[in-house]
Amino acid sequence: MAKELERAGLPTVLVTCLTNVAEMVGANRILAGVAIPHPVGDPGLAASVEQQQRRRLLLRALEALTVPVEAPRLFAVGS
Amino acid sequence: MAKFRVLHYLNQYFGQIGGEAEADARLQIRPGPVGPGTLLQAALGASAEVVATLVGGDNYVASDAERARAEVVELVRPWRPDVLVAGPAFASGRYGLACGTLCEALGKALGIPAVTAMHPENPGVELGRRHAYIVAAGTTARGMEEALGRMAGLAGKLLRGEPVTPAADAYIPRGILINEVVEAPAARRGVEMLLAKLGGDPYESEIPRPRWDRVPPPAPIKDPALATIALVSEGGIVLRGNPDRLESWGASKYLKYPTGASADLTPDAYECIHGGFDVSYACADPDRIVPLDAARSLERDGQIGRLFPFWFCTMGNNTTLDNARKFGAGIARELREGGADGVILTAT
Repeated sequence: MAKELERAGLPTVLVTCLTNVAEMVGANRILAGVAIPHPVGDPGLAASVEQQQRRRLLLRALEALTVPVEAPRLFAVGS
Repeated sequence: MAKFRVLHYLNQYFGQIGGEAEADARLQIRPGPVGPGTLLQAALGASAEVVATLVGGDNYVASDAERARAEVVELVRPWRPDVLVAGPAFASGRYGLACGTLCEALGKALGIPAVTAMHPENPGVELGRRHAYIVAAGTTARGMEEALGRMAGLAGKLLRGEPVTPAADAYIPRGILINEVVEAPAARRGVEMLLAKLGGDPYESEIPRPRWDRVPPPAPIKDPALATIALVSEGGIVLRGNPDRLESWGASKYLKYPTGASADLTPDAYECIHGGFDVSYACADPDRIVPLDAARSLERDGQIGRLFPFWFCTMGNNTTLDNARKFGAGIARELREGGADGVILTAT
């Protein structure tokens, strides 16, 4: 799906835990998710902490959308 | 013995009607071979005859397949062909699509085999390969004689009921699996393949490995604060009760929900129906898969210019690649029409 969105000219960041599959298939902007059942959440955290984590992830995703890439690239989540 | 009757399809250019200006030319039929049809006749030899040539403009068929399908059967039926030979279309996309469409329509309606030829990356290949035998051709008409020769050879075998294979007859694999009984059990074949691989000896995979195309990365967004960002997911988040009936296995569709004024996806309104993992965390808080709450908060704070007014969701458990591509293309169309600048796609 990410590739079809990109094919239509929409920069897309794929947030997934299966980053190796994403690279193999050829999605161009990839961000590692938290876990398969909750890629942008963490039930082990207190609710307010989880909210902050989600915001940070999204900010990182937005940043990935602003970076020019030549080929599939895995963006580190950072702190 | 009576000769086999061959119908040849050509576009407006090879059919000698005209160039791009005639791309809207209606489907029309004339007796005997036309243009490259004479080469085809020579390649077919004495056992088959090109009884008629069907000609159509590249736009006429490709832009309205329904109309072409409806018209072509009645046009062609009186000529009682035993086989359809279409093209070669080489790299011409509209021509390739037209060949694929006509092969399917005539093949089904008249119960005849259909042979065409085009470059393996022609969009007509995906459309046509299950219905027609598509000879792999080059990109330009420089390969005309070779392509026609192969098409004639393949057509001849199909007419005589002889077995054909992609390797021997140079056609693009049709994606049809045929069971074969072999002596050696799979365990032995597997070990032999492994030993060959380890020893650096040649081996052939019984199942071809998928090859992934590369999509050139679109240009980045300059400033998210000025951009419209859309949320898309394959995580199976649906309205509580799943009224839209999104499947938990093998999705057949994607859903489009308005973000409305929501600042949050709440468990009383939404649930997760994905069949591929434990959905309890996502059901407790659907934002863990579709991060609407965080996206809204970033929009409020000005870090996202605007959240696209709809979010899109499908379900990725055992969903076919074909469907995933269709969903992606469909969502892309809606996003582009709605002015989206970028997408955050969450996957599970």
